[in-house]
Amino acid sequence: MNAHILVELTYLLSAILFVVGLKRLQSPATARAGNSIAAFAMFLAIIATVVDNEILSWTPILIGFVTGGLIGAVAARLVKMTSMPEMVGLFNGFGGGASALVAVGEFVGVGGAVGTGTSGVTIMLGTFIGGVTFSGSMIAFLKLKEWMTGNPITYPLQKTLNAIMFVGAVVLAALALGAGTQDPMMMFYILVTVALVMGVTLTIPIGGADMPVVISLLNSYSGLAASAAGFVIGNMVLIISGALVGASGLILTMLMCKGMNRSLANVAFGAFGGTAGIDRSQIGKRPVKSADAEMVAAELGYVNSVIIVPGYGLAVAQAQHELRKVGDLLEDRGVDVKYAVHPVAGRMPGHMNVLLAEADVSYDKLYDLDEINDDFSNTDAVLIVGAHDVCNPAAREPARVIAGMPILDVDKARRTIVMKRSLSPGFAGIDNDLFYMDHNLMFFGDAKQSMSDLVREIRDLG
Amino acid sequence: MGELMIGLYVFVLATLAGREVITKVPPTLHTPLMSGANAISGIAIVGALVVAGRAEGTTQTVLGVVAIAMATINVIGGFMVTDRMLGMFRKH
Repeated sequence: MNAHILVELTYLLSAILFVVGLKRLQSPATARAGNSIAAFAMFLAIIATVVDNEILSWTPILIGFVTGGLIGAVAARLVKMTSMPEMVGLFNGFGGGASALVAVGEFVGVGGAVGTGTSGVTIMLGTFIGGVTFSGSMIAFLKLKEWMTGNPITYPLQKTLNAIMFVGAVVLAALALGAGTQDPMMMFYILVTVALVMGVTLTIPIGGADMPVVISLLNSYSGLAASAAGFVIGNMVLIISGALVGASGLILTMLMCKGMNRSLANVAFGAFGGTAGIDRSQIGKRPVKSADAEMVAAELGYVNSVIIVPGYGLAVAQAQHELRKVGDLLEDRGVDVKYAVHPVAGRMPGHMNVLLAEADVSYDKLYDLDEINDDFSNTDAVLIVGAHDVCNPAAREPARVIAGMPILDVDKARRTIVMKRSLSPGFAGIDNDLFYMDHNLMFFGDAKQSMSDLVREIRDLG
Repeated sequence: MGELMIGLYVFVLATLAGREVITKVPPTLHTPLMSGANAISGIAIVGALVVAGRAEGTTQTVLGVVAIAMATINVIGGFMVTDRMLGMFRKH
């Protein structure tokens, strides 16, 4: 058996292990092993590539490995769990950027003379998708990091200009492939620029609250860019892994859209998701019932079942550890405690679950919307901390802004307690009917302080 | 069948396999899924190695080094942070 076949078989093994690794992510019990399997698959693919290719000079390769490895390792170790969306956004961009550079490198390597054959077309595709992914991810990163405004940035003829740029990119690609131009290299460089500009112009009109959709979509693009790079260099393992990531990103994108009851087109072009320009004059004008920590402790401590609904406000206040203590104390008193997590509770898919896992909440107590919605009507009390739109009964009324958005049916429980700083509106910028309902209590205050007060009061119940 | 067609078959079938596997990932693990998938998209490192390995001019060498560095950040950072997150998921 010659060396090349061995290399090809190693690539095949690597592709199989990527699928096996992802499959293990189907349960929290096997997920960590799955991730290690995928990492090993990556290692195999790298070894196979190094063996199979004649490396002219090792120095640049080692420089790249060491720099990238150090940055990646330090970032992975230091990043806060609340900052995961930014980090994934940034890493997506690097993946897309690397794929684009592979395509650019191929084009430059042959001095622009690729012709209109398969590899030429795939180089253009890889460059374009990779370029858009790179700059789009950088904008998403800046928005999530709040280094630039989370509000949608719009200007006249935005969609038209994007459409013109897209057509321009297709024309430039044809010209770069040698369709009647003296200087394909120049056309190619302009194409790279257009791709980078388009990543920016496609991302800035999307509001901060819609960023979970955007990073999922960019995740999908980074996979497609890797697949395109696979077509460029004729490597199956790239095509396969890229396709897996592309599918994963697309599924998450659709789930996030469903969680907000929005179409992908509406997210991408709707310039929604900011909080500007909404009439707030009526908010907080209706009477509510409020309660202090002692009353809330009594409401929760003497019942059979409690469901806790955490929202992103909880993570902002860094109160997840105190909340977990509340849950533990209630369980010690014999109360059945569950956590209900809405698909868009955090800033990226599954974000809230990670934050609760970090606070050491057992994962078998975490329930998603479909699993738990029927339970609310048999539940004594629901404690809502820092969540807002995701439990607003207004979503059931067709005429309201958030109509049709899937919500947690918390109002069906016998008692609801909303822990919140004030009556101010959430991301959707609308009032929450739940606050004014008869069986609801408002527990006003800072989440962290209120939760530690609650811990003390539950201990005092005796 | 040309190389492009074979590639397309592989791409489509891998997408379908990915869909089957990933729709069954529970929402609890969607963040680790995304960061893990992100690490996998660092497979572009294979392409970066090919470009850097056969680079002759300065331009190509620089492109190759930057591509390798970016892809390595993605791979190392992605797998490590996913492992860190999954280590937090405990049952008790």
